[in-house]
Amino acid sequence: MVEAKSSEPGELEAITRRLRRDIVRSTTAAGSGHPSSSLSMVEILTVLYFGGILRFDPQNPRDPDRDRFILSKGHGAPGLYAALAEAGFFPTEDLMTLRKLGSPLEGHPNMNRLAGVEASTGSLGQGLSVGIGHALAARIDERDFRVYVMVGDGETEEGQVWEAIMFAGNHGLANLTLIFDRNGYQQTDAVDNIEPLDPLAEKLRAFKWLAREIDGHSLEEVSGALTWASKDVHAAPQAIIARTVKGKGVSLLEAKPGGWHGKPIPPEEEAKALEEIGAPS
Amino acid sequence: MSLGITRIDFEEGPATREAFGETLAEIGSDERIVVVDGDVNNSTFTNHFKERYPDRFFNVGIAESNMVGVAAGLAGSGKIAIAASFSTFLMSNAFDQIRMSVAFPNQNVKLVGSHAGISIGEDGPSQMAIEDVALACALPGFTVIVPADGPSTAAATREMIERDGPTFLRCGRPKVPVIYDDVSNFHIGKANKLRDGDDVAIIANGIMVAMALDAAKALEDDGVEARVIDMHTVKPVDVAAIERAANETRGIVVAEEHLAYGGLGATVAMVVAERKPTRMCFVDIGDTYATSGKPEELLVQFGLTPEAIIDAARRVLKD
Repeated sequence: MVEAKSSEPGELEAITRRLRRDIVRSTTAAGSGHPSSSLSMVEILTVLYFGGILRFDPQNPRDPDRDRFILSKGHGAPGLYAALAEAGFFPTEDLMTLRKLGSPLEGHPNMNRLAGVEASTGSLGQGLSVGIGHALAARIDERDFRVYVMVGDGETEEGQVWEAIMFAGNHGLANLTLIFDRNGYQQTDAVDNIEPLDPLAEKLRAFKWLAREIDGHSLEEVSGALTWASKDVHAAPQAIIARTVKGKGVSLLEAKPGGWHGKPIPPEEEAKALEEIGAPS
Repeated sequence: MSLGITRIDFEEGPATREAFGETLAEIGSDERIVVVDGDVNNSTFTNHFKERYPDRFFNVGIAESNMVGVAAGLAGSGKIAIAASFSTFLMSNAFDQIRMSVAFPNQNVKLVGSHAGISIGEDGPSQMAIEDVALACALPGFTVIVPADGPSTAAATREMIERDGPTFLRCGRPKVPVIYDDVSNFHIGKANKLRDGDDVAIIANGIMVAMALDAAKALEDDGVEARVIDMHTVKPVDVAAIERAANETRGIVVAEEHLAYGGLGATVAMVVAERKPTRMCFVDIGDTYATSGKPEELLVQFGLTPEAIIDAARRVLKD
């Protein structure tokens, strides 16, 4: 049976430390990957999977009544994998096979190889459309599952994202929540230096979405926003714009948020990073 | 070159797109079916489904990328998702969404492209899908079907709904002659031998099948026995039928309303090269975009006629 996992605030914080540890260790072991893009999502993933939001069953990952979480910014795979392992979809030690030949933990999520992955992503801009398909299916079948999609702010430059935003708003898809990991940076530069997105909330409201802006690293604010979104009281899709820090929790990455995209922490820096995260190894 | 023997009579039978749309409505009571259309439902004829099952029909607007993603999500929640648009806007505009959200995760999405080929006529090259079969065939796991007439399109539509997996069904705009009076032997992946002959084999699909039959008739008057094979399924192609044609005739002509690269001709040639090398000639659009014009005029100008097939058959037999 699908059910949401609820944890005490102290436990949630401990989970964020474990997810950060797993992101750092798995990408450093792989020698590649996107730790900084994963670290910015940790509080959101923690509240989704362990803060009483997503209803899921690792024993029956395709239960038709499960809530769906789609990571549209597929390069955040190490973060998603860390959360799925913590949630019990597969053993935590498998995280160390990230990106290796034969491992289902591919560089970007592959839904047909790894339980808990709802969409194969990695070519940016596509997850929201897929989420809309699931949300429409829920409506047709009169099921009460909800769909959560996470996009990056750089990803939002893709035209398909706006096609999907227009469609979801016009169709009043109240069972759909879109989370922006607004970490401010894309591959080569700050989003503001390439295609500034603001005023993002105003744009979303103009497209008939409800929109909230939060601190994406405050467990309290993330929990408040996701609880608000998950309530069955809305007539419109909900957007949560989470202001985040690329590389959050590791000073080496935070110091240069535009310089670490797609780069793992070097092995010689790993111990210091794990110490800063404060996670048990 | 005279138009006299061009078999395609644009008033004769239903367009393949019409047959698709009517069949879809007929089987639409199956609640697994959900249809998304890119605001061309009066052209793709998904209109008929929309009228009967409005709760399972979505006009997603002129936004093919989103349309394909939505179809993938519907399939992810267990639906049989049909995504329909003009074939070029579907396959070319939304190709990465088809690759990433449908083909790679092997979702049960049925892509239906109408207005394929140059026989759409006056609207011109921007609306003509002439790369679509190559694009669809390039996708791992895809089934690619190019039916020749109304009845076989209806049969293909029914069968693709029953088969799991991503599929591309290519339909045309103009009315086309009816070839099949009985479709009980029509099955996806199984070629249909419409005429027997041991001198030359003409392997065709789409509107070229009717022309191949006309060409075979004309060749018979010259004492040449041409076998005509409707290779409606380009992928997975019927290898055994190709191998038999290569073994039992002196050569093969492939005829398709598509560019030379990546379509039926290339697919058949690959099988022939591996199984039983034999002389081949190809009737297709070549390596060029077309222009505006009447469908009949364009088919002549770009070499898609029974005469072109006859010429190709003679070239095959000469060597």
